Amino acid sequence: MDYNWNFASVFTYWNVLATGLWGTVQLFVICSILGLGGGLVMGMLRYSKSRWISYPAMLYVEVFRNTPVLVQIIWFFFALPVLTGIEISPFMAAILGITLNTIAFSAEVFRGGIQSIEREQWEAGKAIGMSYAQSMRRVILPQALKRMLPPLTSRGIEVFKMSTLASVVAYPETLQQAKLIASYEYNPIEAYTVVALMFFIVLLPLLQLTYLLERRFGKSDA
Amino acid sequence: MTNAVEIRGLRKSFSDLEVLKGIDLDVAQGEAVVLLGSSGSGKSTLLRCINFMEEPTAGQVRVNGDLIGTEQRGRMRYREADLCKLRTRIGMVFQHFNLFPHMTVLENVMEGQVIVLGRSKAEAKDKAMAQLARVGLEEKAQEYPARLSGGQKQRVAIARALAMDPEVMLFDEVTSALDPELVGEVLKTMLQLAEDGMTMVCVTHEIGFAYHVANKVCFLHDGLIIEQGAPQSVLQTPETQRVREFLAGHSLFKLPN
Repeated sequence: MDYNWNFASVFTYWNVLATGLWGTVQLFVICSILGLGGGLVMGMLRYSKSRWISYPAMLYVEVFRNTPVLVQIIWFFFALPVLTGIEISPFMAAILGITLNTIAFSAEVFRGGIQSIEREQWEAGKAIGMSYAQSMRRVILPQALKRMLPPLTSRGIEVFKMSTLASVVAYPETLQQAKLIASYEYNPIEAYTVVALMFFIVLLPLLQLTYLLERRFGKSDA
Repeated sequence: MTNAVEIRGLRKSFSDLEVLKGIDLDVAQGEAVVLLGSSGSGKSTLLRCINFMEEPTAGQVRVNGDLIGTEQRGRMRYREADLCKLRTRIGMVFQHFNLFPHMTVLENVMEGQVIVLGRSKAEAKDKAMAQLARVGLEEKAQEYPARLSGGQKQRVAIARALAMDPEVMLFDEVTSALDPELVGEVLKTMLQLAEDGMTMVCVTHEIGFAYHVANKVCFLHDGLIIEQGAPQSVLQTPETQRVREFLAGHSLFKLPN
């Protein structure tokens, strides 16, 4: 095989890639904040004692966990206008798809984390007069969050990588921009390799940061 | 003087199983009452009904004269907010300590004061340090619970309950999970409390503690108090066969004097 690797043809378009990375970061920040925040709420609804709340929450979680995000994004962009007349931008469609999916997955993480805290901790809060909400906020969640940090971290990384799916509706994130370069220069292997490298370079230090956080949380362990 | 705790006709069922079958109990101010009985007799459930960790199925509970809950159509109704308020007036200590592992000892003892009672941090800290001194653990204030021995954890748990300035303290088998050599330090702390005039209700298997510290011993069997009175009478001249059997079981292997 003699293939002429030509990365220079990618790097001449660095500003196109920079635009893409900015698009990726925007999606990542918005979707992970909304997705993890929503997941916390959904996880608590899922944990609710009332079936009228927990069953619909369960239905939501299962629907969005068991369908492809790619299809959801396409669906929000193309089918929603047909069904409701509401037209949304590619950016919005991508946010909806990725966020709703992240809510569903992280809801399970939150629910599992909350349920993993011993019943005795609830009792201890209750015994000093705490309400359910106070016990949840002050006693249960801080302990649960510590246990949930590793799975939540992988959720975050997943969101970052899922953002590439927004290219299906031509939202200018990193992969979409690489696609553009590839179609001009016929260098898809190089263009996509650069995308992988960019993701790696951004995500690796981010991950180190969460390890630091885990160690900070671990200070109450003997 | 009104009784610190007054229980009338208390019943508690868990689905089909009736655990308490009509309990009447008075706890006077400053009195230390010990509940004895074999497991399944309902003593822990009775204790947990006093601060409504369990809601009674029927009957009335008064704390320093205040009837807990409101009567509606012949049944007692309890509002969660009222029960939260009640629980600030009654301290509880558990068998397994249940300290908050993500907080330091000091934070554990401050938590309820700040979050529930709304005290300022400075005031809560002063109170917390005073209570930690009372249980002899001032110097552990900045430690996390994971670094303490079982006996120390339990004393912190006692300080945490005391810091709320409770009117009554409930102890639920607080020495049962401890290594035998750590039992003494916790019992000593409880003795000190009793001597300070704290109103206490204790579920325990420490018959010796009951004998030396309690003003009144109640023996539960099958959901009823079948014998109660001064420790000397209940523990040394029991009236019922059931209590005699229980005490015989507890003194099977005594060291010779």
